[in-house]
Amino acid sequence: MDLVTFGVQLLNAVQYGLVLFLVASGLTLVFGILGVINLAHGAFYMLGAYTAFWLAAATGSFWIALVGGVAIAFVVGMLMEDVFVRRLYGRDHLAQVLLSFALILILDEVRLHLFGKDVHSVAPPDFLQGSIQLTDTLSYPVYRLAVCLFCLLVALAIFAVLRWTKIGMVVRAGAENREMVRALGISFDRVSRYVFAVGIALAALAGIVVAPISTVYPGMGDGMLILSFVVVVLGGIGSVAGAAIGALAVGLTDTFGKVFFPAFSSVSVYLVMALILLWRPNGILGRREV
Amino acid sequence: MTALLATERLEAFYGASQILHGIDLAIAPGETVALVGRNGMGKTTLLRSLMGLVPTRRGRVAWRGRDIVAAKPEDMARAGIAFVPEGRGIFGSLDVVENLVMAARPRRDGRPGWNLERVFALFPRLRERRRNGGHQLSGGEQQMLTIGRALMTNPDLVLVDEATEGLAPMVAQAIWRTLAAIRQDGIATLVVDKDVASLSGFADRILIMVKGEIVWSGTPAALRAEPAILDRHLGV
Repeated sequence: MDLVTFGVQLLNAVQYGLVLFLVASGLTLVFGILGVINLAHGAFYMLGAYTAFWLAAATGSFWIALVGGVAIAFVVGMLMEDVFVRRLYGRDHLAQVLLSFALILILDEVRLHLFGKDVHSVAPPDFLQGSIQLTDTLSYPVYRLAVCLFCLLVALAIFAVLRWTKIGMVVRAGAENREMVRALGISFDRVSRYVFAVGIALAALAGIVVAPISTVYPGMGDGMLILSFVVVVLGGIGSVAGAAIGALAVGLTDTFGKVFFPAFSSVSVYLVMALILLWRPNGILGRREV
Repeated sequence: MTALLATERLEAFYGASQILHGIDLAIAPGETVALVGRNGMGKTTLLRSLMGLVPTRRGRVAWRGRDIVAAKPEDMARAGIAFVPEGRGIFGSLDVVENLVMAARPRRDGRPGWNLERVFALFPRLRERRRNGGHQLSGGEQQMLTIGRALMTNPDLVLVDEATEGLAPMVAQAIWRTLAAIRQDGIATLVVDKDVASLSGFADRILIMVKGEIVWSGTPAALRAEPAILDRHLGV
């Protein structure tokens, strides 16, 4: 493998990892702070992509699809928290798995009625079309580079909010010890709703930016959900920084696994997960249970 | 004078098992009350129950005469109760300043109260460690931080569980001095600890708890006058 090919694969791996991070960061926060296992998280990734397809087809603008899709997902997330998820706080995991699995089936049905079951494609914005010629035979799509950059900016924004705002402090503290946060007079009622809605919006955002690369299809959320759980467990539940490391690890493993060990490509991610968990049972940045 | 916090026949449960069997308790504004008893007698459960952290509590809990038995932890905290839990409950991923700032709430009467500067004046050690993560602190520093964090909420009552457990004697002395300073500030405290001698040094009243009930209540002087009581309920 020459250097250019390696660079291209590296870019692919990073881009994949960053998209995965957008999905997994919401999942880890909802799991860590709200204490809820949301199996329907991947369904919102899929719905985000379909909404973007619909908005892009209706308006002809990728940007309206992007902003509109995220806004719709945020509002739907607020409503979902209020109507369904709120009832799961403090319940055992079985109740959470049952309800969120039911949500997958319902959201899939909603998708079938609204958008049908066809595979669609979404065109990237005009100025991001085309490729950069790297060598005589290799080129790299501009849109993929833009996705990298955009996801990186969103990731930095997430970290900035967590690091420097009061709500970020509450979210970090809540991931560690929810009870203690409440005993300091901070109610989780509003925080929970925003965390859930932002998580859903991030999943949808990931689905939207990926739509021009991967096409839009009914089962696209399922694989994403499983890999996101791998990322959450790898990084340590509730740790957004851990999710970033985990997502990049999965992106690199998956991409280079396919290049170097094609025969093992379907298990390489899980193999790496098993090894890391042997080394750190609570995830890379997971805190030890007391 | 209305008690700050009063309970009547307070009962608390963990699942099916009853831990508190009808606690009658009254804490006056500014009063320092010590709670002692052997392990497993329900001291921690009483504190957690007063804070609203035990899901099932029955009986009457009144704050300044107002019934609040159904209040949630955040309601109790906003009413003016702060909690220093056993094991301290420091947020390890937040640094010292963040641990303090996230809890900050102004005094209910609008007067200047506890803030970052005053907490650092009380615990100079925390100022030195201000940018250290909570998980990098020693046990004593963590206890200072937990007390400082409780003060940042400008409470009228602080519940302190196991004030000095696991701390070196020198550090424990510093914690006792701090609790005495808090008393000077007019904040009521309910303090659980095993060191009856130190508690007697500054508490207004001592309560002895046995199997989910308060079996004795009186001044430190009254307790000193009856050494048999201590022997029976605390001796090993």
